[in-house]
Amino acid sequence: MKKTPIELNVNGQTRTVLVEPRELLIHTLREQLELTGPHVGCETSHCGACTVEIDGRSVKSCTLFAVQAAGAEITTVEGLASPDALHVLQTSFREHHGLQCGYCTPGMITRAHRLLQENPNPTEEDVRFGLAGNLCRCTGYQNIVKSVLAAAEELNTQKEAAQA
Amino acid sequence: MNEKAPLDRDERISNLKGMGCSRKRVEDVRFTQGRGNYVDDVKLPGMLFGDFVRSPYAHARIKSIDTEAAKAIPGVIAVLTAADLAPLNLHWMPTLAGDKQMVLADGKVLFQGQEVAFVVAEDRYAAADGIEAVVVDYEELPVITDPFKALADDAVVLREDLEAGADGAHGPRRHHNHIFLWEAGDKTTTEQAIDSADVVAEEMVYYHRTHPCPLETCGSVASMDKITGKLTLWGTFQAPHVVRTVASLLSGIEEHNIRVISPDIGGGFGNKVGVYPGYVCSIVASIVTGKPVKWVEDRMENLMATAFARDYWMKGRISATKEGKITGLECHVTADHGAFDACADPTKFPAGFFHICTGSYDIPTAYVGVDGVYTNKAPGGVAYRCSFRVTEAAYFIERMIEVLAIELDMDAAELRRINFIRQDQFPYQSALGWEYDSGDYHTAWDKAMAAVGYDDLRKEQAEMVEAFKRGESRKLLGIGLTHFTEIVGAGPVKNCDILGMGMFDSCEIRIHPTGSAIARLGTISQGQGHATTFAQILATEIGIQADSITVEEGDTDTAPYGLGTYGSRSTPVAGAATAMAGRKIRAKAQMIAAYLLEVHDDDVEFDVDRFVVKGAPERFKTMKEIAYAAYNQAIPGVEPGLEAVSYYDPPNMTYPFGAYICVMEIDVDTGTHHVRQMYALDDCGTRINPMVIDGQVHGGLTEAYAIAMGQEIAYDEIGNCKTGTLMDFFIPTSFETPHYTTDHTVTPSPHHPIGAKGVGESPNVGGVPAFSNAVHDAFRAFGLRQSHMPHDQWRIWETANKLGMHA
Repeated sequence: MKKTPIELNVNGQTRTVLVEPRELLIHTLREQLELTGPHVGCETSHCGACTVEIDGRSVKSCTLFAVQAAGAEITTVEGLASPDALHVLQTSFREHHGLQCGYCTPGMITRAHRLLQENPNPTEEDVRFGLAGNLCRCTGYQNIVKSVLAAAEELNTQKEAAQA
Repeated sequence: MNEKAPLDRDERISNLKGMGCSRKRVEDVRFTQGRGNYVDDVKLPGMLFGDFVRSPYAHARIKSIDTEAAKAIPGVIAVLTAADLAPLNLHWMPTLAGDKQMVLADGKVLFQGQEVAFVVAEDRYAAADGIEAVVVDYEELPVITDPFKALADDAVVLREDLEAGADGAHGPRRHHNHIFLWEAGDKTTTEQAIDSADVVAEEMVYYHRTHPCPLETCGSVASMDKITGKLTLWGTFQAPHVVRTVASLLSGIEEHNIRVISPDIGGGFGNKVGVYPGYVCSIVASIVTGKPVKWVEDRMENLMATAFARDYWMKGRISATKEGKITGLECHVTADHGAFDACADPTKFPAGFFHICTGSYDIPTAYVGVDGVYTNKAPGGVAYRCSFRVTEAAYFIERMIEVLAIELDMDAAELRRINFIRQDQFPYQSALGWEYDSGDYHTAWDKAMAAVGYDDLRKEQAEMVEAFKRGESRKLLGIGLTHFTEIVGAGPVKNCDILGMGMFDSCEIRIHPTGSAIARLGTISQGQGHATTFAQILATEIGIQADSITVEEGDTDTAPYGLGTYGSRSTPVAGAATAMAGRKIRAKAQMIAAYLLEVHDDDVEFDVDRFVVKGAPERFKTMKEIAYAAYNQAIPGVEPGLEAVSYYDPPNMTYPFGAYICVMEIDVDTGTHHVRQMYALDDCGTRINPMVIDGQVHGGLTEAYAIAMGQEIAYDEIGNCKTGTLMDFFIPTSFETPHYTTDHTVTPSPHHPIGAKGVGESPNVGGVPAFSNAVHDAFRAFGLRQSHMPHDQWRIWETANKLGMHA
């Protein structure tokens, strides 16, 4: 099948890749751009292991063609940390034991990152509803929810400190 | 003499981050940044991708397979069928249960989703094109999806490859679709006890077919290097060493020329214990093409073809005196094993450890018979987050207790209490042949009862029943009780093996000159956090900080031989090996310390992170100093270096236990439920990392919640798998998952070096009956004795409807 060149902006870098029209974004990210954060866990958009951010929205990259993401700003878990430090969510997941096998974690953290932009002061119920598109088989979610709520608090504290 | 101001002893202990502390996980730094290395992350130059043509039929003869069109597709390199594998004698493979299984369909298919041909292509899209182009001509045959119908006289013969009338791996087969009859206990005595009892409760308890469904599916990458003659195999293996041995026996490649690597594994829960056709085909394809070949199943393939769990029809009778003292227990199981007997059990136990089904109770006589049966369903029968068939056993006994309580018109908590094995009865010999190592069930039970406010809950429940009867409310309250006893840590080599390999496990430790260390084990973490917790065991045993100990698993070229991680065996077996290897290090360190301190070996003693001269604590050598001395000094009578290896053969299994209580509200009209409280008390003996234990319990409870309340692998009458995607197969999201309260008691195992028993599977074993009993208990006042899981909204509504509650 004929391949088409497209430009993808991933984690702040622009890359040109050759894709078949039918190629799924998750495969482009994993096979061509050699990212190991987004994972494949199903093919029906249920598990969320492949979650990335596209133009400020959480998107399941296993059910989007790469060509549909051409020109868009894509962020994966690899793009969350700054050069000096991990993102608050990343440290919070470790601090509160919000992961076990780690397979859902990149998608979960990427989704949580967007959730906290949408709602910086979520209740436990908000977090549970907001993460319902991402499945975890190991943790029973309790510590994931704890991690996200703690991260929200920390991010708000940092924001207040920066404004003071 | 040491000059530095000595640290406080408590500070030294705390610096170790040893056993008992909630050490943060070392794995998380990678995983939270997307730097895991799972099988699908393995990329090799020139790597090809393999994928399966699968059968759409549950039972059909294959008249022909035409691969020509597929081979002509651009990017397709090869298409393998049984005919290609037959010359290598790899078209069939042995199963872990002593049966054999088709690698690629040989003449017929026996379940929907069965592997028919393997297409190898340059990438996964070309492989998918190739699959579409393979033409298979099927002739449909009658389908059997009901194990009882499979045993009918006129049932179609499923396994034509098996010689009629010949014995199977586990003794005589009495019917062409029969696999084995396995028995434990004394049938005659049990029948007499039950037939002469005051009260007898009889029930059919079905534990439906489900699936472990880890978030990462199964997969492998095989790379045959024709120049060196070495095969490297990466895969989702819960037992990498066993895979190496099996691969060697099957392929004829000498074992030293095979390197098996389990990289990071995205959850296992039993699914990754089995040996699957995909693994074999990736190896053969790599040998044939001379290139690395990757196979990764998708979710549909995972749910339809790689190992399912449960599917046990358990017909039970339990008897008691009129006061409620249990006098006997009998169980006959019809076990649906699917098309091939690919259960993952120790060789001598075709029904696993199901005969732990006397549970936590002192039952004087018992009998169990299990009939294994072939049907047109996927093969498997793995232990989904439980020791072998232990969750089936726990569900059975915990349902039978509830049914007996109904029969006796007794409170089910009190019935349990008066039948618990007492603390002074341990070690306890069960009627079905086990020796329970330790337990204190009454203490755990009383603590659980008090924690949930049991008496008040019963009052509230009674009030809700009255309100319902008065027509004021449509809600009921269920109190789901469970006291489970597990049997984990297989196991003594004398009676436990997998394909002849004794079920010991191992640890090798090397202390580096500067006082840090590496430990390698025969197990493999799938999320349990071994790199964190095994370092904690060692820190306490050898006095080196956990942060200075690397733990490595999963590479058969470097790790000592072990039987892997499943059946909660890592802590009971490899954890023990770790402690024992640590003690060997310590013994040698003691000699070195004594030499350095110029005293007799017996005059020094271990203290946290050092050896001190007895009675003179200011004279000591730290483990760091001792490690350095082991490499830079000639010490008379002591070999240089500081290393140890231990292969641990446990003297017995361990018997973790727990008391779980689920409080659930049920809406009679909609069939919806709300878990108001889920309290889980676990006693796993010595606790290594409380944070990790809690995490394990949360996760296991969520799997139990799913199984009890909605998750199943279901087939229609012609063998179509109706639950092949996550649209149909229930995995709870964060929104519907209940909140959990965890608690514990500590009853160490007397025979384990550090007293630990294992915990990862307890919540699945105890959780399923707790949730299911809550549903049943809600309807007890309205006459419900038994209903089948999963208790989804429809089934709960149907239960209420059958009880006339919608009238």
